[in-house]
Amino acid sequence: MNAVAKPIIRVQREDFNAAAETEALRQGRADIGALISFVGLCRDEGGTLEALEIEHYGAMAKAEIERVAGDALARWPLLGLTIVHRYGLIEAGGRIVLVAAAATHRGEAFAAANFLMDYLKTRAPFWKRAHLVGGALGDWVEPKSADDEAAARWN
Amino acid sequence: MKALYFAWLRERVGKSEEEIAPPAGVATVGDLIAWLSAKDETYAHAFEKKSVIRAAIDHAHVSHDAKIAGAREIAFFPPMTGG
Repeated sequence: MNAVAKPIIRVQREDFNAAAETEALRQGRADIGALISFVGLCRDEGGTLEALEIEHYGAMAKAEIERVAGDALARWPLLGLTIVHRYGLIEAGGRIVLVAAAATHRGEAFAAANFLMDYLKTRAPFWKRAHLVGGALGDWVEPKSADDEAAARWN
Repeated sequence: MKALYFAWLRERVGKSEEEIAPPAGVATVGDLIAWLSAKDETYAHAFEKKSVIRAAIDHAHVSHDAKIAGAREIAFFPPMTGG
């Protein structure tokens, strides 16, 4: 059994290259049997949303994502894990978050990526606000009870 | 200690951070919310929906029952909507 890799976690304003991030997890090794890459995107909400402004608690965000990653690594024997979460203004169609999980078998990789997204949504200190087409500032995005329920199913 | 506010809570309080010096009787996060709410109308409005307000002490989530003694930084914010 290979040692679990230290997760790579970044909180950044800049865009990321999902293909390059997943390739970096895989490259130079032959023990990985499953590599799941999830990218969360900014929806245009039927053409009404121009961008999302993502506010974050800079001093806490990385530490909290590290805690969530630690929980995932305690549950599943991952061989690699990369999480990137952006903040700032993200235009419709743009990338917001990346979770890439590598494991021996697909079950662990799928489950860990699912768990990580459920927990990031309810625990990572980020808040979205809509910028509407036409320039008006929209509302703060309301948390969905479905997200809390999704996170609670892992307890 | 330093108090931080985020998202709509920051907008309602009208600032993103401030130094606060609660008196000795203010022991928990819940006490601190009550003490801030009693300061004036602005804080009372910002914290009126107490049950939805989340808090973190020194960069870790805490419940409203958590003790604030020794805290350097307390952050208040609405439920998170990242991911």
